[in-house]
Amino acid sequence: MAGSGVAHLRPETERVLAVEDLVVQFPAKGGHTVHAVSGISFDLLDGETLGILGESGCGKSSAGRAVMQLPPPTSGSVRLGDEELTGVTAQTVRERRARMQMIFQDPVSSLNPRRKVKDLVAEGPRIWGREVTREQIEVVLRAVGLDPAVVWERRPHELSGGQCQRLCIARALMLDPQVLICDEPVSSLDVSVQAQILNLLEDTKKRYGLSMVFIAHDLAVVKNISDRIMIMYLGKVCEVVPAGDLAERALHPYTRLLLESVPEATASETAIGGAQRAGGELPSPLNPPSGCRFRPRCPLATEECATVEPQLRQVGEGHFLACHNSGPGASAAA
Amino acid sequence: MSSTSAVLQERSTEPGAPVLVVDDLRTQIHTPRGDVQAVDGISFTLGRGETLGIVGESGSGKSVLGRTIMGLYTTGPTMTITGRVLIAGKDVHALSTTALRDLWGGDVGMVFQDPMTALNPVKKVGVHLTESLRKHRGMNRAQAAAHAAELLNLVGIPEPRRRLDQYPHELSGGMRQRVVIAMALANEPALLIADEPTTALDVTVQKQILDLLERLQDELGMAIMLISHNLGVVAGRADRVAVMYAGRVAETADAATLFDVPHHPYTEALLEAIPRLHQPPHVRLAAIDGAPPNMIAPPVGCRFAPRCRYAQPDCTAAPPVLDAALVRGVADPRHSFACYHPVNAGGQ
Repeated sequence: MAGSGVAHLRPETERVLAVEDLVVQFPAKGGHTVHAVSGISFDLLDGETLGILGESGCGKSSAGRAVMQLPPPTSGSVRLGDEELTGVTAQTVRERRARMQMIFQDPVSSLNPRRKVKDLVAEGPRIWGREVTREQIEVVLRAVGLDPAVVWERRPHELSGGQCQRLCIARALMLDPQVLICDEPVSSLDVSVQAQILNLLEDTKKRYGLSMVFIAHDLAVVKNISDRIMIMYLGKVCEVVPAGDLAERALHPYTRLLLESVPEATASETAIGGAQRAGGELPSPLNPPSGCRFRPRCPLATEECATVEPQLRQVGEGHFLACHNSGPGASAAA
Repeated sequence: MSSTSAVLQERSTEPGAPVLVVDDLRTQIHTPRGDVQAVDGISFTLGRGETLGIVGESGSGKSVLGRTIMGLYTTGPTMTITGRVLIAGKDVHALSTTALRDLWGGDVGMVFQDPMTALNPVKKVGVHLTESLRKHRGMNRAQAAAHAAELLNLVGIPEPRRRLDQYPHELSGGMRQRVVIAMALANEPALLIADEPTTALDVTVQKQILDLLERLQDELGMAIMLISHNLGVVAGRADRVAVMYAGRVAETADAATLFDVPHHPYTEALLEAIPRLHQPPHVRLAAIDGAPPNMIAPPVGCRFAPRCRYAQPDCTAAPPVLDAALVRGVADPRHSFACYHPVNAGGQ
């Protein structure tokens, strides 16, 4: 796993966002390099939600931020519609990026604590020198389930976490985005509020005709909101799977490990004892393993995995896998 | 959902005296804006080898409950605690500071959510572990070091000798939490209070840590109080589960019953709000409208009533009492709930 490849990309004419061979590296102490994202590609169709799933350190947030050019990736190409975002001037990026908005994990710290709701919502268009009417702000506040009469003069600390996340969504909507990138937007929220925000994102997407990239670590949350799911491990893509097939059809040993590790709140779960032990921990992104990056933890690993990096290949309808030893057509090594 | 007199029932199979007895525990926090009744009349017992899961959302009082039981919160200028907590027969809130220090790390161990803040960044792993061994067991330096290495081995840390000489920042999050667990288990406590022990960890590491706790419980026979916001974590690991809302227990039962036939509307609503892996994508989630109450002036009757889809006028008059559920007319001692209009109560 943890492979490369472009087999899962779709025809250029249908995509609103195309990311190719994205590489994000950060300098580390002692002349080392952190390989956060190592050559991943993905695309997004009009009206589609792509879920990016992985554990901490897999590069999912770095990938999301690199798409936004926050900061720009080390290499690779990001195209929004027909417009290239990499390798152009900062001013051009700012102009082209306006139709792509981002929502972050901690809604409170992503809002200026000294500004009021009415100004926070209007901030984006005002930066672009556009007039914003009171009515426009009220419409968007209502769209995210906030009562303008109540929150109008409030500052972020006077709102709950869920309300702040609603406010962040309202801010994004003010710029009439095509693509919304959500980085763990519900992981700091309680389950009851999490359900409210997931429903809101789903409604907003339909109402405003958005496409969405949804980055999260919670398998059930990602499955609930996504059409297509990309599973990442240590800066690489393991598998791309239609959301509906995640639980039953996913094949990659890492995806299976994730699925087996999820505790579910059901009566039947209580009968399961400590089933299979999930082995090992994430290797360092400073010095990623050769070949397939999941190899040191993988029960199916063979010699081939250490030398040849697996490439994504199609294994089903909309289903792509980067693994030598699982799925149809696996090389029968060892 | 009040619980003034009701007691979460001890399992009938439980041999011997309970490790933990909590009787009508109340923790009131005094703030400049008014008094917050964070824990409001909670009673239960916990036997040897048993796991009680406490679930609730932020602000439900589950962590305050854990810390009050631990004796970390005591009556003083900022807080008033009433009720009783017995750990291995000792009344925690009647103990002197010295006696409390003997209790902590001795009879009772605690695992906190964030392993980085539970460890001292300028002390080596070995120092964290040997400190309590030397204090509680009177071991000398060499004995303690040898035992500390064994403990690290027990919690599944490879190369324990080398790890003893490392600082917390040199370990990964999962490794740090293992060290915190090793510290809590150093003196084989009768009771382990684990407050969100895996919340900061990845799902694969979470499973390793929960498996580890389960295995150690089997080996050492300790009672575990597992506090978590994650119903899935609790479902798989607890013998009994108590659902907390606004400082009170809404419902308690053995895990299978609670998730299968919840009687309290809040339990039902929580279970429905969780996205499930076996559901198809884009299923609309049943969100719970509104927000938990302000705990300085909570609603008079049932505290969940303002958000409850089954609420009737009587719900807001007086708080319902935590009472045993009836199965074909017979009280089920293992399942209690505090609600006037329970759901799934066809058998009553």
